[in-house]
Amino acid sequence: MSVVLVDAGGTNIGSVRYALQRLGVDASLTSDAEAIRTADKVILPGVGAAGPGMARLHELGLVDLMRSLTQPVLGVCLGMQLLCERSEEGDTACLGVIPATVHRFAEQPGLRVPHMGWNRLQRQREHRLLEGLADGDWAYFVHSYAVPAGDHALATTEFGGPFAAVIARGNFHGMQFHPERSAKVGARLLKNFLEL
Amino acid sequence: MLSRRLIPCLDVRDGKVVKGVRFRDHVVMGEIVDLALRYRDEGADELVFYDITASPEGRSVDRGWVERVASVIDIPFCVAGGIRSVDDARAVLHAGADKISVNSPALERPPLIDELAAAFGVQCVVVGVDSLRDADGEWRVRQYTGDPSRTQALPRRTLDWIVEAQQRGAGEIVLNCMGSDGVRQGYDLEQLGAARSLCQVPLIASGGAGTAEHFRDAFVQADVDGALAASVFHSGAIAIPALKQSLRAWGVAVRI
Repeated sequence: MSVVLVDAGGTNIGSVRYALQRLGVDASLTSDAEAIRTADKVILPGVGAAGPGMARLHELGLVDLMRSLTQPVLGVCLGMQLLCERSEEGDTACLGVIPATVHRFAEQPGLRVPHMGWNRLQRQREHRLLEGLADGDWAYFVHSYAVPAGDHALATTEFGGPFAAVIARGNFHGMQFHPERSAKVGARLLKNFLEL
Repeated sequence: MLSRRLIPCLDVRDGKVVKGVRFRDHVVMGEIVDLALRYRDEGADELVFYDITASPEGRSVDRGWVERVASVIDIPFCVAGGIRSVDDARAVLHAGADKISVNSPALERPPLIDELAAAFGVQCVVVGVDSLRDADGEWRVRQYTGDPSRTQALPRRTLDWIVEAQQRGAGEIVLNCMGSDGVRQGYDLEQLGAARSLCQVPLIASGGAGTAEHFRDAFVQADVDGALAASVFHSGAIAIPALKQSLRAWGVAVRI
Protein backbone atom coordinates (compact mmCIF):
# COMPACT_ATOMS: atom_id res chain seq x y z
CA MET A 1 0.00 0.00 0.00
CA SER A 2 1.36 3.42 -0.88
CA VAL A 3 0.66 6.20 1.58
CA VAL A 4 1.76 9.76 0.90
CA LEU A 5 2.04 12.69 3.25
CA VAL A 6 1.37 15.90 1.38
CA ASP A 7 4.18 18.31 2.15
CA ALA A 8 2.19 21.49 2.57
CA GLY A 9 4.66 22.94 5.03
CA GLY A 10 2.90 21.52 8.09
CA THR A 11 5.28 20.98 10.95
CA ASN A 12 3.77 17.76 12.30
CA ILE A 13 4.85 15.83 9.22
CA GLY A 14 7.68 14.14 11.11
CA SER A 15 5.44 12.91 13.90
CA VAL A 16 2.72 11.66 11.55
CA ARG A 17 5.32 9.80 9.54
CA TYR A 18 6.73 8.16 12.66
CA ALA A 19 3.24 7.18 13.81
CA LEU A 20 2.67 5.44 10.48
CA GLN A 21 6.05 3.71 10.83
CA ARG A 22 4.94 2.36 14.20
CA LEU A 23 1.99 0.83 12.32
CA GLY A 24 4.38 -0.71 9.81
CA VAL A 25 3.74 1.75 6.98
CA ASP A 26 6.52 3.71 5.36
CA ALA A 27 4.83 6.85 4.07
CA SER A 28 6.60 9.11 1.62
CA LEU A 29 6.63 12.84 1.98
CA THR A 30 5.82 14.50 -1.30
CA SER A 31 4.50 17.55 -3.08
CA ASP A 32 4.55 15.78 -6.45
CA ALA A 33 1.11 15.79 -8.09
CA GLU A 34 1.53 12.42 -9.80
CA ALA A 35 2.70 10.69 -6.61
CA ILE A 36 -0.29 12.08 -4.75
CA ARG A 37 -2.77 11.22 -7.51
CA THR A 38 -1.64 7.58 -7.68
CA ALA A 39 -1.26 6.91 -3.94
CA ASP A 40 -3.60 4.48 -2.17
CA LYS A 41 -4.00 6.81 0.80
CA VAL A 42 -3.31 10.52 1.08
CA ILE A 43 -2.69 12.31 4.36
CA LEU A 44 -2.65 16.08 4.67
CA PRO A 45 -0.97 16.91 7.97
CA GLY A 46 -0.74 20.41 9.23
CA VAL A 47 0.27 22.56 12.09
CA GLY A 48 0.18 26.25 11.47
CA ALA A 49 -2.23 28.77 10.07
CA ALA A 50 -4.87 28.29 7.36
CA GLY A 51 -3.66 31.16 5.15
CA PRO A 52 -0.06 29.98 4.75
CA GLY A 53 -1.30 26.37 4.48
CA MET A 54 -3.55 27.17 1.50
CA ALA A 55 -0.95 29.51 -0.01
CA ARG A 56 1.52 26.64 0.00
CA LEU A 57 -0.98 24.30 -1.73
CA HIS A 58 -1.59 26.99 -4.37
CA GLU A 59 2.16 27.52 -4.85
CA LEU A 60 2.65 23.80 -5.37
CA GLY A 61 -0.27 23.71 -7.81
CA LEU A 62 -2.03 21.07 -5.69
CA VAL A 63 -5.40 22.70 -4.99
CA ASP A 64 -7.39 21.24 -7.90
CA LEU A 65 -5.61 17.93 -7.54
CA MET A 66 -6.48 17.62 -3.85
CA ARG A 67 -10.14 18.39 -4.65
CA SER A 68 -10.24 15.74 -7.35
CA LEU A 69 -8.82 12.85 -5.32
CA THR A 70 -10.99 9.74 -5.09
CA GLN A 71 -8.90 7.53 -2.76
CA PRO A 72 -9.23 7.88 1.04
CA VAL A 73 -7.84 11.25 2.18
CA LEU A 74 -7.19 12.21 5.80
CA GLY A 75 -6.63 15.76 6.98
CA VAL A 76 -5.06 16.09 10.43
CA CYS A 77 -5.56 19.19 12.59
CA LEU A 78 -5.06 22.15 10.23
CA GLY A 79 -5.20 19.58 7.42
CA MET A 80 -8.79 18.78 8.45
CA GLN A 81 -9.68 22.46 8.48
CA LEU A 82 -8.23 22.92 4.99
CA LEU A 83 -10.74 20.34 3.69
CA CYS A 84 -13.58 22.72 4.60
CA GLU A 85 -14.93 25.61 2.56
CA ARG A 86 -13.57 28.54 4.49
CA SER A 87 -11.63 29.33 7.60
CA GLU A 88 -12.13 32.44 9.68
CA GLU A 89 -8.39 32.29 10.29
CA GLY A 90 -7.16 34.99 7.94
CA ASP A 91 -10.53 34.68 6.12
CA THR A 92 -9.10 31.93 3.96
CA ALA A 93 -10.82 30.05 1.14
CA CYS A 94 -9.99 26.37 1.65
CA LEU A 95 -10.35 23.22 -0.46
CA GLY A 96 -14.12 23.04 -0.02
CA VAL A 97 -14.54 19.27 -0.17
CA ILE A 98 -16.45 19.25 3.12
CA PRO A 99 -19.24 21.83 3.39
CA ALA A 100 -18.37 23.57 6.65
CA THR A 101 -16.80 26.78 7.86
CA VAL A 102 -13.98 26.83 10.38
CA HIS A 103 -14.54 29.22 13.29
CA ARG A 104 -12.37 30.50 16.09
CA PHE A 105 -13.49 29.34 19.53
CA ALA A 106 -15.77 32.07 20.90
CA GLU A 107 -14.44 33.80 23.99
CA GLN A 108 -16.07 32.51 27.16
CA PRO A 109 -15.08 32.89 30.78
CA GLY A 110 -12.73 30.12 31.79
CA LEU A 111 -12.27 28.89 28.23
CA ARG A 112 -8.59 29.10 27.48
CA VAL A 113 -7.76 29.20 23.82
CA PRO A 114 -5.83 27.44 22.29
CA HIS A 115 -7.73 24.31 23.23
CA MET A 116 -4.63 22.43 24.28
CA GLY A 117 -4.53 19.04 25.92
CA TRP A 118 -6.41 15.77 26.22
CA ASN A 119 -10.16 15.78 25.74
CA ARG A 120 -12.85 13.15 25.20
CA LEU A 121 -14.36 11.92 21.96
CA GLN A 122 -18.10 11.25 21.70
CA ARG A 123 -19.27 9.11 18.81
CA GLN A 124 -22.04 10.65 16.71
CA ARG A 125 -22.29 8.36 13.70
CA GLU A 126 -21.25 4.85 12.84
CA HIS A 127 -18.25 4.78 10.53
CA ARG A 128 -15.41 2.35 9.87
CA LEU A 129 -12.96 5.08 10.82
CA LEU A 130 -14.22 4.84 14.42
CA GLU A 131 -13.95 1.09 14.82
CA GLY A 132 -12.76 0.16 18.31
CA LEU A 133 -13.32 3.68 19.64
CA ALA A 134 -15.27 3.92 22.91
CA ASP A 135 -17.29 6.96 23.93
CA GLY A 136 -15.13 9.05 26.22
CA ASP A 137 -11.79 7.92 24.82
CA TRP A 138 -9.14 10.62 25.12
CA ALA A 139 -7.37 12.38 22.27
CA TYR A 140 -4.78 15.15 22.20
CA PHE A 141 -5.83 18.52 20.78
CA VAL A 142 -3.93 21.71 20.04
CA HIS A 143 -5.93 24.29 18.12
CA SER A 144 -7.68 27.65 18.26
CA TYR A 145 -10.09 27.13 15.35
CA ALA A 146 -12.64 24.37 14.95
CA VAL A 147 -15.34 22.97 12.69
CA PRO A 148 -18.81 23.18 14.26
CA ALA A 149 -20.54 19.92 15.14
CA GLY A 150 -22.76 19.27 12.14
CA ASP A 151 -23.88 16.80 9.53
CA HIS A 152 -20.40 15.56 8.74
CA ALA A 153 -19.21 15.06 12.30
CA LEU A 154 -18.51 11.41 13.10
CA ALA A 155 -17.34 12.29 16.61
CA THR A 156 -17.51 15.46 18.65
CA THR A 157 -15.69 16.95 21.62
CA GLU A 158 -16.85 19.47 24.22
CA PHE A 159 -14.99 22.72 24.67
CA GLY A 160 -17.41 25.49 25.52
CA GLY A 161 -19.90 23.52 23.42
CA PRO A 162 -19.50 20.64 21.00
CA PHE A 163 -17.26 20.82 17.93
CA ALA A 164 -16.36 18.28 15.26
CA ALA A 165 -13.44 16.10 16.31
CA VAL A 166 -13.72 13.64 13.41
CA ILE A 167 -15.43 14.45 10.11
CA ALA A 168 -16.05 12.58 6.90
CA ARG A 169 -17.73 13.17 3.60
CA GLY A 170 -17.26 10.56 0.90
CA ASN A 171 -13.56 9.75 0.63
CA PHE A 172 -12.48 12.84 2.61
CA HIS A 173 -11.86 12.47 6.35
CA GLY A 174 -10.53 14.75 9.02
CA MET A 175 -9.32 14.54 12.61
CA GLN A 176 -9.03 17.75 14.58
CA PHE A 177 -6.88 16.14 17.27
CA HIS A 178 -3.46 14.66 16.65
CA PRO A 179 -3.81 10.89 16.21
CA GLU A 180 -0.02 10.68 16.02
CA ARG A 181 0.11 12.05 19.57
CA SER A 182 -2.99 10.43 21.04
CA ALA A 183 -1.39 7.25 22.36
CA LYS A 184 -3.26 3.98 21.71
CA VAL A 185 -6.52 5.68 20.71
CA GLY A 186 -4.77 7.68 18.01
CA ALA A 187 -2.86 4.67 16.71
CA ARG A 188 -6.12 2.74 16.39
CA LEU A 189 -7.81 5.54 14.43
CA LEU A 190 -4.83 5.87 12.09
CA LYS A 191 -4.87 2.12 11.58
CA ASN A 192 -8.58 2.32 10.78
CA PHE A 193 -7.86 4.96 8.15
CA LEU A 194 -5.15 2.83 6.57
CA GLU A 195 -7.69 -0.03 6.36
CA LEU A 196 -10.46 2.00 4.67
CA MET B 1 -13.95 18.07 29.34
CA LEU B 2 -10.34 19.02 28.97
CA SER B 3 -8.16 17.13 31.40
CA ARG B 4 -5.47 18.69 33.57
CA ARG B 5 -2.06 17.66 32.36
CA LEU B 6 0.79 16.00 34.24
CA ILE B 7 4.05 16.84 32.54
CA PRO B 8 7.36 15.28 33.47
CA CYS B 9 10.13 17.67 32.61
CA LEU B 10 13.36 16.22 31.37
CA ASP B 11 16.30 18.58 31.59
CA VAL B 12 18.76 17.55 28.91
CA ARG B 13 22.46 18.16 29.10
CA ASP B 14 24.99 16.57 26.76
CA GLY B 15 22.37 14.11 25.53
CA LYS B 16 21.38 12.86 29.03
CA VAL B 17 18.52 13.72 31.36
CA VAL B 18 19.81 15.60 34.40
CA LYS B 19 18.31 17.24 37.44
CA GLY B 20 19.73 19.92 39.66
CA VAL B 21 18.56 21.40 42.92
CA ARG B 22 17.58 25.04 42.58
CA PHE B 23 19.00 24.87 39.06
CA ARG B 24 22.50 23.95 40.28
CA ASP B 25 24.57 20.80 40.77
CA HIS B 26 23.16 18.69 37.97
CA VAL B 27 23.03 14.93 38.42
CA VAL B 28 22.52 12.49 35.52
CA MET B 29 19.09 10.81 35.82
CA GLY B 30 19.11 8.57 32.73
CA GLU B 31 18.90 8.20 28.97
CA ILE B 32 16.44 10.41 27.13
CA VAL B 33 14.58 7.77 25.17
CA ASP B 34 14.38 5.33 28.12
CA LEU B 35 12.84 7.96 30.37
CA ALA B 36 10.52 9.20 27.63
CA LEU B 37 9.17 5.69 27.11
CA ARG B 38 8.82 5.06 30.81
CA TYR B 39 6.70 8.19 31.23
CA ARG B 40 4.59 7.39 28.20
CA ASP B 41 3.85 3.96 29.68
CA GLU B 42 3.00 5.43 33.08
CA GLY B 43 0.42 7.77 31.59
CA ALA B 44 2.24 11.11 31.40
CA ASP B 45 0.10 13.50 29.37
CA GLU B 46 2.97 15.32 27.76
CA LEU B 47 6.73 15.62 28.05
CA VAL B 48 8.94 18.67 28.07
CA PHE B 49 12.61 18.48 27.19
CA TYR B 50 14.76 21.40 28.19
CA ASP B 51 18.21 21.52 26.65
CA ILE B 52 19.39 23.50 29.64
CA THR B 53 22.82 24.36 28.30
CA ALA B 54 21.91 25.26 24.71
CA SER B 55 20.94 28.84 25.45
CA PRO B 56 23.90 29.74 27.71
CA GLU B 57 26.26 28.15 25.18
CA GLY B 58 24.61 30.05 22.33
CA ARG B 59 23.79 26.94 20.30
CA SER B 60 20.60 25.32 19.06
CA VAL B 61 18.99 22.10 20.26
CA ASP B 62 20.64 18.94 18.99
CA ARG B 63 18.10 17.52 16.53
CA GLY B 64 19.30 13.93 16.85
CA TRP B 65 17.60 13.17 20.13
CA VAL B 66 14.46 15.05 19.11
CA GLU B 67 14.08 12.66 16.19
CA ARG B 68 14.78 9.63 18.36
CA VAL B 69 12.12 10.69 20.85
CA ALA B 70 9.60 11.55 18.12
CA SER B 71 9.99 8.15 16.51
CA VAL B 72 9.11 6.18 19.65
CA ILE B 73 6.74 8.46 21.57
CA ASP B 74 3.01 8.73 20.86
CA ILE B 75 2.20 11.50 23.31
CA PRO B 76 2.97 15.17 22.69
CA PHE B 77 6.28 16.69 23.60
CA CYS B 78 7.75 20.13 23.70
CA VAL B 79 11.37 21.08 23.19
CA ALA B 80 13.07 24.06 24.77
CA GLY B 81 16.56 25.43 24.76
CA GLY B 82 18.48 27.61 22.39
CA ILE B 83 15.67 28.27 19.92
CA ARG B 84 16.50 31.77 18.75
CA SER B 85 15.00 31.98 15.27
CA VAL B 86 12.16 30.73 13.08
CA ASP B 87 14.67 28.45 11.35
CA ASP B 88 15.79 26.91 14.66
CA ALA B 89 12.17 26.29 15.58
CA ARG B 90 11.32 24.83 12.20
CA ALA B 91 14.19 22.35 12.50
CA VAL B 92 12.98 21.15 15.89
CA LEU B 93 9.32 20.96 14.80
CA HIS B 94 10.26 19.11 11.62
CA ALA B 95 12.32 16.69 13.71
CA GLY B 96 9.02 15.74 15.34
CA ALA B 97 8.49 18.02 18.33
CA ASP B 98 4.91 19.22 18.78
CA LYS B 99 5.71 22.50 20.42
CA ILE B 100 8.73 24.66 21.00
CA SER B 101 9.37 26.67 24.10
CA VAL B 102 11.42 29.83 24.18
CA ASN B 103 12.83 31.47 27.26
CA SER B 104 16.14 33.36 27.28
CA PRO B 105 16.14 34.18 23.53
CA ALA B 106 12.65 35.68 23.86
CA LEU B 107 13.95 37.93 26.63
CA GLU B 108 16.89 38.95 24.44
CA ARG B 109 14.57 39.75 21.56
CA PRO B 110 10.82 39.67 22.34
CA PRO B 111 9.71 39.92 18.65
CA LEU B 112 10.92 36.33 18.33
CA ILE B 113 7.59 35.30 19.89
CA ASP B 114 5.67 37.23 17.19
CA GLU B 115 7.76 35.63 14.45
CA LEU B 116 7.25 32.11 15.77
CA ALA B 117 3.50 32.61 16.16
CA ALA B 118 3.23 33.98 12.63
CA ALA B 119 5.22 31.10 11.17
CA PHE B 120 3.69 28.16 13.04
CA GLY B 121 0.57 29.40 14.83
CA VAL B 122 0.30 30.30 18.50
CA GLN B 123 -0.53 26.71 19.45
CA CYS B 124 3.10 25.68 18.84
CA VAL B 125 4.62 28.51 20.78
CA VAL B 126 5.28 28.10 24.49
CA VAL B 127 7.01 30.80 26.46
CA GLY B 128 8.94 29.58 29.47
CA VAL B 129 9.39 32.09 32.28
CA ASP B 130 11.95 31.64 35.04
CA SER B 131 10.94 33.84 37.93
CA LEU B 132 12.25 34.70 41.36
CA ARG B 133 10.99 37.06 44.05
CA ASP B 134 13.41 39.91 44.69
CA ALA B 135 14.15 41.55 48.02
CA ASP B 136 11.61 44.29 47.26
CA GLY B 137 8.84 41.66 46.99
CA GLU B 138 8.46 41.85 43.21
CA TRP B 139 8.70 38.74 41.05
CA ARG B 140 11.19 39.31 38.25
CA VAL B 141 12.44 37.15 35.42
CA ARG B 142 15.80 35.45 35.21
CA GLN B 143 17.76 34.70 32.06
CA TYR B 144 20.24 31.91 31.18
CA THR B 145 19.22 29.89 34.22
CA GLY B 146 20.72 26.72 32.75
CA ASP B 147 24.17 27.98 33.73
CA PRO B 148 24.40 29.47 37.24
CA SER B 149 27.55 31.41 36.34
CA ARG B 150 25.66 33.22 33.57
CA THR B 151 22.23 33.54 35.16
CA GLN B 152 21.07 37.15 35.08
CA ALA B 153 18.41 38.97 37.03
CA LEU B 154 16.46 41.26 34.71
CA PRO B 155 14.53 44.38 35.63
CA ARG B 156 11.49 42.96 33.84
CA ARG B 157 8.59 42.07 36.13
CA THR B 158 7.34 38.51 35.72
CA LEU B 159 3.67 39.46 35.47
CA ASP B 160 4.39 42.17 32.87
CA TRP B 161 6.33 39.66 30.82
CA ILE B 162 3.50 37.12 30.98
CA VAL B 163 1.08 39.73 29.61
CA GLU B 164 3.48 40.84 26.87
CA ALA B 165 4.30 37.28 25.85
CA GLN B 166 0.61 36.55 25.30
CA GLN B 167 0.12 39.75 23.31
CA ARG B 168 3.01 38.72 21.09
CA GLY B 169 1.60 35.26 20.44
CA ALA B 170 2.48 32.83 23.22
CA GLY B 171 0.01 29.93 23.10
CA GLU B 172 1.04 28.62 26.50
CA ILE B 173 3.03 29.89 29.46
CA VAL B 174 5.22 27.71 31.66
CA LEU B 175 5.92 29.59 34.86
CA ASN B 176 8.91 28.20 36.66
CA CYS B 177 9.03 29.55 40.17
CA MET B 178 12.74 29.23 40.90
CA GLY B 179 12.36 29.88 44.60
CA SER B 180 10.48 26.62 45.02
CA ASP B 181 12.21 24.58 42.30
CA GLY B 182 13.80 21.30 43.34
CA VAL B 183 12.98 21.57 47.03
CA ARG B 184 9.63 19.75 46.99
CA GLN B 185 7.79 22.13 49.33
CA GLY B 186 4.92 22.72 46.93
CA TYR B 187 4.22 24.93 43.94
CA ASP B 188 4.29 28.68 44.49
CA LEU B 189 0.51 29.08 44.63
CA GLU B 190 0.64 32.80 45.28
CA GLN B 191 2.72 33.51 42.21
CA LEU B 192 0.81 31.03 40.04
CA GLY B 193 -2.49 32.53 41.14
CA ALA B 194 -1.27 36.01 40.23
CA ALA B 195 -0.13 34.73 36.84
CA ARG B 196 -3.41 32.86 36.30
CA SER B 197 -5.44 36.02 36.66
CA LEU B 198 -3.45 37.55 33.77
CA CYS B 199 -3.13 34.44 31.65
CA GLN B 200 -5.82 33.71 29.06
CA VAL B 201 -3.82 30.91 27.45
CA PRO B 202 -2.95 27.60 29.13
CA LEU B 203 -0.71 28.06 32.18
CA ILE B 204 1.66 25.36 33.36
CA ALA B 205 3.02 25.33 36.90
CA SER B 206 6.65 24.44 37.39
CA GLY B 207 8.88 24.15 40.42
CA GLY B 208 8.25 22.68 43.85
CA ALA B 209 6.17 19.50 43.50
CA GLY B 210 6.83 17.08 46.34
CA THR B 211 3.52 15.36 47.11
CA ALA B 212 0.24 14.52 45.39
CA GLU B 213 -1.40 17.30 47.43
CA HIS B 214 0.92 19.83 45.83
CA PHE B 215 -0.44 18.91 42.40
CA ARG B 216 -4.01 19.11 43.70
CA ASP B 217 -3.38 22.56 45.16
CA ALA B 218 -1.88 23.82 41.89
CA PHE B 219 -4.92 22.61 39.93
CA VAL B 220 -7.63 23.52 42.43
CA GLN B 221 -6.24 26.68 44.05
CA ALA B 222 -4.13 28.21 41.28
CA ASP B 223 -6.32 26.75 38.49
CA VAL B 224 -3.36 25.86 36.29
CA ASP B 225 -3.93 23.73 33.19
CA GLY B 226 -0.91 21.54 33.70
CA ALA B 227 1.71 20.79 36.29
CA LEU B 228 5.28 20.13 35.43
CA ALA B 229 7.67 18.25 37.67
CA ALA B 230 11.01 16.52 37.38
CA SER B 231 12.74 15.11 40.43
CA VAL B 232 9.67 13.56 42.08
CA PHE B 233 8.94 11.66 38.88
CA HIS B 234 12.53 10.76 38.02
CA SER B 235 13.24 9.44 41.51
CA GLY B 236 10.01 7.46 41.67
CA ALA B 237 8.88 9.39 44.76
CA ILE B 238 5.58 9.98 42.97
CA ALA B 239 4.22 7.44 40.48
CA ILE B 240 1.99 8.98 37.83
CA PRO B 241 -0.74 6.27 37.89
CA ALA B 242 -1.21 6.64 41.66
CA LEU B 243 -1.07 10.42 41.38
CA LYS B 244 -3.83 10.40 38.77
CA GLN B 245 -6.00 8.16 40.95
CA SER B 246 -5.58 10.56 43.86
CA LEU B 247 -6.34 13.59 41.70
CA ARG B 248 -9.45 11.94 40.33
CA ALA B 249 -10.64 11.13 43.84
CA TRP B 250 -10.19 14.82 44.67
CA GLY B 251 -12.37 15.77 41.71
CA VAL B 252 -9.61 16.90 39.34
CA ALA B 253 -10.25 15.90 35.70
CA VAL B 254 -7.41 13.66 34.59
CA ARG B 255 -6.90 11.24 31.72
CA ILE B 256 -6.87 7.66 33.02
